[in-house]
Amino acid sequence: MQIIVVGCGSMGETLIEQLSREDHNITVVDLDAENLTDVVNTYDVMGVVGNGASYSTLKEAGIDDADLMVAVTSSDELNLLSCLVAKKAGDCKTVARVRNPVYRQEVGYIKEELGLSLVINPEEAAAAEAVRLLKFPSAKKVENFARSRAEMVTIVLEEGSLLAGKSLRQIQEQLKTSVLFCVVNREGDVTIPFGDFVLEAHDEVTLIGSSYHMIELFHKLKLPTARVHSTIVAGGGSVSFYLAQQLIALGIDVRIFEKDKARCKELSNILQEALIINAPATDRDMLLEEGLADIESFVALTDIDEENIMLSLFAGKESKAKRITMLRHAHYGGLVDTLDVGSVIDTRTITAERITQFVRGMSNSLDSNIESLYAINDGKAEVLEFLIREGAPVTGIPLMELNLKKGVLVALIIRPGGVIAPRGDSMIHEGDRVVVVTTHSGFDDVRDILND
Amino acid sequence: MIRYVLFRAFSLVGALMLLPVLVALIYGEMSCALIFGVMALVTLLIGFAGTCKKPENRMFYAREGYVMCALIWLLISLLGALPFVLTGTIPSYVDALFETVSGFTTTGASILTSVDGMYMSVQFFRCFTHWIGGMGVLVFMLAIIPMSGGSTMHLMRAESPGPSVGKLVPRVKNTAKMLYLIYFGLTVAQIVLLLVTGLNLYEAMTITFSTVGTGGFSITDAGMNAYPLAAQIVVILFMTLCGINFSVYYLIQTGKIREALKSEELRWYLSILFASSVLIAANVIFAGRADSAFDAFHHALFSVSSVMTTTGFATRDFNLWPQFSRTLLFILTLLGASAGSTGGGLKVSRLIIMVRRIKNEIIFATHRKSVRQVYMDGRRVGSTTVKSVTTYVSIYVLVYLVSFLLISLDGLDFETNITAVAATLNNVGPGLSAVGPTGNYAQYSILSKLVLCFDMLAGRLEFIPLMILLRYRTWSERRTV
Repeated sequence: MQIIVVGCGSMGETLIEQLSREDHNITVVDLDAENLTDVVNTYDVMGVVGNGASYSTLKEAGIDDADLMVAVTSSDELNLLSCLVAKKAGDCKTVARVRNPVYRQEVGYIKEELGLSLVINPEEAAAAEAVRLLKFPSAKKVENFARSRAEMVTIVLEEGSLLAGKSLRQIQEQLKTSVLFCVVNREGDVTIPFGDFVLEAHDEVTLIGSSYHMIELFHKLKLPTARVHSTIVAGGGSVSFYLAQQLIALGIDVRIFEKDKARCKELSNILQEALIINAPATDRDMLLEEGLADIESFVALTDIDEENIMLSLFAGKESKAKRITMLRHAHYGGLVDTLDVGSVIDTRTITAERITQFVRGMSNSLDSNIESLYAINDGKAEVLEFLIREGAPVTGIPLMELNLKKGVLVALIIRPGGVIAPRGDSMIHEGDRVVVVTTHSGFDDVRDILND
Repeated sequence: MIRYVLFRAFSLVGALMLLPVLVALIYGEMSCALIFGVMALVTLLIGFAGTCKKPENRMFYAREGYVMCALIWLLISLLGALPFVLTGTIPSYVDALFETVSGFTTTGASILTSVDGMYMSVQFFRCFTHWIGGMGVLVFMLAIIPMSGGSTMHLMRAESPGPSVGKLVPRVKNTAKMLYLIYFGLTVAQIVLLLVTGLNLYEAMTITFSTVGTGGFSITDAGMNAYPLAAQIVVILFMTLCGINFSVYYLIQTGKIREALKSEELRWYLSILFASSVLIAANVIFAGRADSAFDAFHHALFSVSSVMTTTGFATRDFNLWPQFSRTLLFILTLLGASAGSTGGGLKVSRLIIMVRRIKNEIIFATHRKSVRQVYMDGRRVGSTTVKSVTTYVSIYVLVYLVSFLLISLDGLDFETNITAVAATLNNVGPGLSAVGPTGNYAQYSILSKLVLCFDMLAGRLEFIPLMILLRYRTWSERRTV
């Protein structure tokens, strides 16, 4: 697909990295020639220096043949204008990053009237992810399928966990769960486990199942399933605002640490039920005074990645709280995973994932459709949700007779009647949603799971 | 990764030698067929054996790109020299190496005193090296070998001539394919046109390979004089066309003709070409060395386009022309063709950037606080590009002087030596005096031949890759890629 990406800041670069891995023809537009040269040298893309909202620049970047334009500069207005011009000039689909909460409320109008296909707000997406995690505090990562009817939960096996040292077959006999153990990450080695695979302590296991079965399994494993009741949020930026707004709606007690007095006043005005504390989150005495030791969750959302990491480590030492660490600038790769910082949310990756998901959805054929896409462990495994339409080549055949590729697992079949954990004799029907786990990447159609 | 790509190059050379096998079989040269066949088989086998195991780490960086580029060019030259020795055409290996380097770098300088009576298949191979070298071996590999990752741009940059290398389309692979498509199109067009003028297929193909690669090897001692006027005009046309930046053709192909014709480099290139031709023609006429005005212009145009595009064909011994014409041709030797074409030399776009830079410096001298930048085709030329042009010229002069000094050990005259270095460094082929269109490089010693080989490679790869290869740090540093 021909894609134009406007803006190659850190957000743009993460997106370009993901999209170029998927074999798209990408042209990057940016005003900063030096930055652009770096990106062109690193990824197999073409660069055009210029303003992304300018007609002639877009023309030069090949807007006539483009299928999609993604505007991810740091300016909302520039992004929207670029999309508008691109829409008129090239009649392609457009995606914009829009962060200002004022525009945010008008997103429906913007999408409809300006003809945007997708408006994405990284802060809001990050906040949504944090909320999911706080609802399921024993998980390291939580994602939803089919409007929350099914879930994908990643947990880390602790020393002495009921699951450690047992093979999947033994676990099945003992716990009789219909939740599927889909992906195991052992120190960076990502595998799709089979029956005789033996789990070990410190393994990171990704589970997929219906929400009901998931809670049942957690009960059996004696892991907490209830949402948290109180949280400390470090930093009062826009992610904190979106998060607090949703948490308050869930009835969770929120305390926000923010060092800037003016921002505190602003926050106290719009979040009247939250407790706003005008102190830097690095003030340990203040944190302890505000009840860090007994808090149920701690979310580090300051602007500085390193500070977030240190805060989470500190909170881990002082309390048993569920911790969430946000990264938005640094690219530490797998390094942060080796630290005890709880769950990590990365705004850029979340946004890039959403856009990739949209792109994959665009490039698929008519008989199936990607509904959602999640990358596990830096993209070493992917979880995809397909909507099966008429004529897809996987319908009406028992799963064990399908000629599946190696490294492909059909994890769930979701249909109006219920969520099915598939077995060898299960069949996929038209209209089903199918969740597939794979160590391949770049699938955009359900037929990709089959051998050619 | 470097090893993997090198073995890939082995298989490529092997595959390319299959073509001369075919020619040898057609003309019944059994011994040649056998030699080319065995060579092809051995290199193919080595190549396949080496590429069985794919490297785990497929990343490479700018340094690896340059090193690979330089090594591959050395490798294909060393391998390509073997058939000349084995068939007995050129008994000395150094001579054969000179001939092959001259072929791949599209120089067209020869150490052979006579090419008449050579094996047809060897001659075919000799011209074919021009065609391969013209667009570039690495670009060819990029087009056909599946190599993923963003780092392939490092390879393309290392090989492509010109001050800055841009892509035509977002992916390196597709860009390389596009370039070869244009190249292939030009090749086929010329072959067809030459066939129309009455040449046989063998002649048409060899001449075309020499022309579109802007090489300059001929298959007869008489050079281009052996062919009718119409064929010569076709050759003039295609020499000129192949000296144009290939991105111009891409623009034309995508329907942006107006944009293509606006290219400043194209305009400068064509202007210099025609102006020089007229000047030389006039000079020749006034000196009373021409039969007719048309004749003078015809040969002037042929020589100018031949020298400027760094092809090196000749219809007249321009060595015998008046001094002004000879000097002008020497200057054109240094200048060369456009960036992004198959021609060598300094490149017209570098000249444009230099001229504008000088203008800015002059203005700066009187307006201390003035801020001026270099523009080309209506857009700013980045300071790194401008800097690279200055660097290029500095290295160029340095290499020129050192080579000049080294080959003067052989005791040949000043004019021969200074033009010999110019002709090899710019991949033109013929110089003046003893290395003029009717002369050759046979009289040089082994040392000089090796120096000139280096000059040809350095000129073709625009110095940096070879310099990196020669740098001690490149090899002393341990790196896993």
